[in-house]
Amino acid sequence: MDLVTRISESLQRGDNDAVSLLTAEALDKQLDPQVILDDGLIAGMDVIGERFRIHEIFLPEVLLAARAMYAGLDRIEPLLAASGAASRGKVVIGTIQGDLHDIGKNLVGIMLRGAGFEVIDLGNDVSPEAFVTTALEEEAQVIGMSALLTTTMSSMGQTIERLEQEGLRGEIHSIVGGAPVSEDFANQIGAVGYGFDGLSAVELVKRLV
Amino acid sequence: MRPQLRFLEKDLIERIISEARDVLGTLGMEIHNQQALKLLSDHGARVDSGAHHAWFTDEIIDRALSTALPGFRLYDVNGEETHDLSGENVYFTPGSAAINILDHETGTMRKPVTGDYVRYARLMSSMDNIASQSTAFIPTDVPDEVTDAYRLFLSLLYCSKPVVTGAFTIESFELMKDMQIAVRGSKEHLKEKPLTIFSVCPTAPLKWSDVTSQNLLDCADHSIPVEYISMPLTGFISPVTIVGTLVQHTAETLSGVALTQLRNPGAPALWGGSPAAFDVRYETTPMGAIETQMIDCACSEIGKHLGLPTQAYSALSDAKLLDAQAGLETSMGATLSVLAGINNVSGPGMLDFESCQSLEKLVLDNDICGLVFRLARGIEPRGDFPALPIFEELLRDGHLLISDHTLTNLREEHYFPTPVIDRANRSRWQEEGSLTLGERAHREVEQKITDWEPTGLGEMEEKELVQLMEEAARKFGLDRLPDRE
Ligand code: B12
Repeated sequence: MDLVTRISESLQRGDNDAVSLLTAEALDKQLDPQVILDDGLIAGMDVIGERFRIHEIFLPEVLLAARAMYAGLDRIEPLLAASGAASRGKVVIGTIQGDLHDIGKNLVGIMLRGAGFEVIDLGNDVSPEAFVTTALEEEAQVIGMSALLTTTMSSMGQTIERLEQEGLRGEIHSIVGGAPVSEDFANQIGAVGYGFDGLSAVELVKRLV
Repeated sequence: MRPQLRFLEKDLIERIISEARDVLGTLGMEIHNQQALKLLSDHGARVDSGAHHAWFTDEIIDRALSTALPGFRLYDVNGEETHDLSGENVYFTPGSAAINILDHETGTMRKPVTGDYVRYARLMSSMDNIASQSTAFIPTDVPDEVTDAYRLFLSLLYCSKPVVTGAFTIESFELMKDMQIAVRGSKEHLKEKPLTIFSVCPTAPLKWSDVTSQNLLDCADHSIPVEYISMPLTGFISPVTIVGTLVQHTAETLSGVALTQLRNPGAPALWGGSPAAFDVRYETTPMGAIETQMIDCACSEIGKHLGLPTQAYSALSDAKLLDAQAGLETSMGATLSVLAGINNVSGPGMLDFESCQSLEKLVLDNDICGLVFRLARGIEPRGDFPALPIFEELLRDGHLLISDHTLTNLREEHYFPTPVIDRANRSRWQEEGSLTLGERAHREVEQKITDWEPTGLGEMEEKELVQLMEEAARKFGLDRLPDRE
């Protein structure tokens, strides 16, 4: 079995020590860090995502695999940073103004990080301005908003209006989720996507960046 | 003998409580409210205001437990007593604050509006086994800022039962309190005769938000009863084990008791919660999971051990339709909670992880509650001894249908559900249209709503409520409230 496949498989077992050692070994052997990332770490996480979707494994196994991915990423990141390809993309997430529910948003963050995205989590009670300003400053491609209260949903639309005003709607994609939110509502406020769980958030972001 | 369900040995309860005290003393709670922090600090707690953190001493907890009430009563809109929340008394209330309602006509979930709420409140008036109403869902045809108060407004207009409710913001408490004072006539009368229970939620793990802790303090000031809704989720934001989760629930809830009692010793409160067995496959918080229901019962045992009245979210389902899963989860929860003697059980009508109310489910659940109330009364002799005379009568007449013993005991000994529960023989069922449960329930809903009669709310009180609501709505750009009829 080649080294990159072994990295992927160790990652799928959640064996972070093995992933770390194997990644170091691969780098010693002058393997291309981009190949280690794409065909080893991210490929492994994609398998994990699919097995989670069909209930072969549960959330804890996904998180173990994500931790293993970061054990490998820690080693190749310095090399990739030079070429600017360390992350798959950047997402700003938060629960919207007036709303304190953050469990779902946190889970979305965990899953996005697990899939290799860089996540900037603004916490809860986040204003439309804060979403937009942070996304700009951080050069994020996606804003992910979460709402759990019927009464706070409307502030999602305000964030999108704000993006519009700043002429950023083409560059920064907004995605939304949470119990009162639906595909229809997402369309109505002009969000690019709606996700109903962590995995669907990952799929959305993958499509967008 | 009242049948009783117990999960925890006394030693285990005491160990859980002592571990929870340890957590509160050593790790403390994050509290994002300066008034609450100051209150704790005034009573000797170590507080770090900058970090929004407080560590609870044993003295504070002991003192709080010594002034917390073992029970309290609720009174309806007309001032009649409806609840004695103490001992093993059990009352049901519809699951509160749903996002959607299940529309019978289309079979799909949708966002509710004023007309839906009026129908709900009218229906609740005749749900005999559900003693209080709750502000069960959120009408979406008024400005967001006033929806929480608007639910209470409609409830008070159309149903006289006490209301289990809650505020979504610090600001709306004021209006919701004023509405209650409008009904009772004065602050003092409201104190004497509580009309509502407010849900106040700590945020797992070990945290109070500004909004919910302020709601807690405001309720204490007006002696408005609260129920603490701690919501640990197993294996995610609380330990995966039931016992570990109980330690967390106990710590979070004790912190609530302490805040209420320090603010106003003797203020009424329920030891409540909405813990859930987090589903690591679907990322959901199943209320119908058997482990969720076990945790609910065990939480109540701990509350009772501390001498406090209790609450839980049970007798509800995660199904998306009024289907077999809805019936089974609701019945299981109702059965367990009545046997556990949980004083206020929030759940009937609710589907989809506390996010969808169904009027049709409400009438089914009203029967489920009736059945389990019967269960809770247990088995007792009723003029059965000596046994010979009744058997002599039976042998003589060939039946007991008109025996005195039957006529005296029939309605006490047996609960007769509405036609929602099918007990007809097959031919009669066919003759009556071979109706499904959903259709029978819908028929019942329509009948009850048609039969509704106005509550005893006085004209003056009603006027004042309308005025309060109109004023608030106007502030947020709504000049005329939606039509209610
Ligand atoms: C847990 C919970 C709480 C906890 C929150 C703890 C925390 N740290 O978040 C506590 C107890 C503190 C709480 C408090 C309150 N709550 Co609450 N809460 C819930 C509950 C039961 C579950 C939410 C949850 O965590 N689910 C599990 C997570 C994993 O799922 P999720 O949040 O849906 O997220 C998933 C997806 O939606 C999606 N997703 C979510 N966000 C995003 C974002 C993006 C970009 C994408 C792509 C996907 C995505 O992926 C996530 C992962 O799978 C819901 C009921 C429900 N069915 O949602 C009520 C609920 C939302 N709460 C409700 C209420 C009323 C309140 C309070 C106002 C109660 C009160 N009076 O104090 C307060 C809120 C105060 C405030 N201003 O915010 C109501 C809302 C009513 C309404 N119509 O708006 C609900 C529906 C329950 C009810 N019927 O009463 N609550």
